[in-house]
Amino acid sequence: MLSCKEAAALVSESLDRKLPLGQRIALRMHLLFCRFCRRFSRQVLFLRGTADRVRGEKEGEEPPVSDSLSAEAKEKIEQALKTHSESKSKP
Amino acid sequence: MSIIDPSKGKGETLNPENWGKDYADYLFRYALVRLRDRQGAEDVVQETFLAALKGKDQFKGLSSERTWLVGILKHKMMDYFRKPSRELPVSGLITSEDPPEEFFDLNGKWQVKPSSWGDSPMDALEKKEFWKTFEACMSVLPGRLAQIFALREFEGLKNEEICNLFNVSTTNLNVMLFRSRMRLARCLETNWFGKKAKGE
Ligand SMILES: [Zn+2]
Repeated sequence: MLSCKEAAALVSESLDRKLPLGQRIALRMHLLFCRFCRRFSRQVLFLRGTADRVRGEKEGEEPPVSDSLSAEAKEKIEQALKTHSESKSKP
Repeated sequence: MSIIDPSKGKGETLNPENWGKDYADYLFRYALVRLRDRQGAEDVVQETFLAALKGKDQFKGLSSERTWLVGILKHKMMDYFRKPSRELPVSGLITSEDPPEEFFDLNGKWQVKPSSWGDSPMDALEKKEFWKTFEACMSVLPGRLAQIFALREFEGLKNEEICNLFNVSTTNLNVMLFRSRMRLARCLETNWFGKKAKGE
């Protein structure tokens, strides 16, 4: 029988690769009897759901982060863009 | 070279003059979530714009300007991770040899038992406040763990790719992913779900 620590580690791993059959069965057995590991398993799936949302930002919504560039950095970038586009845009 | 590209139909053109204004913040946030390093994120955004300027003839207008820039940004972020000279953000040096965290006791039993997050935890994703909490939880992860979590979950890199990038073994990576998930889950539980749904 897996310990909770082992089971939780497998729960995490199962998000990254397909577990071998033996481990899959052992994990399923453990989850059948252990509601804490069942909860953890739902929680990591929730995390995956948040990540899907963050990834979904590509089209449409903003990344769910409120930080923005510092004024100096923006200035620096504007400046760099300006000089480079001027020196480049000559045919 | 100003060849008219017939695929450039839908008016998708590049306006570098406006990049700073239109996309700098967006790209910066995109990078910051993943790199967890302000300076690094700023540099990467700047490099992205410069590379985009250089390569602007390659823009086919098949995607939006922003999507195209994000594509370049992704490359620049990978370069960032590859740079061996780069210093990690504070507390970045986490390895699987670090002191074990107190999630389990010596017998492998839960030390702090996960609690229920209610029937519809996904509702949280619609709330602005939730994302603040999420961000805060990401920010207390040690730098390396946060980067690895972000590359795996936000960028969708495969485990082998991350192992190569950071030169860590699969076993180490598994441990680090496990820890980052565990910490994030505990943090959200305490700071979001615990506050919402008292009880159990
Ligand atoms: Zn268990």
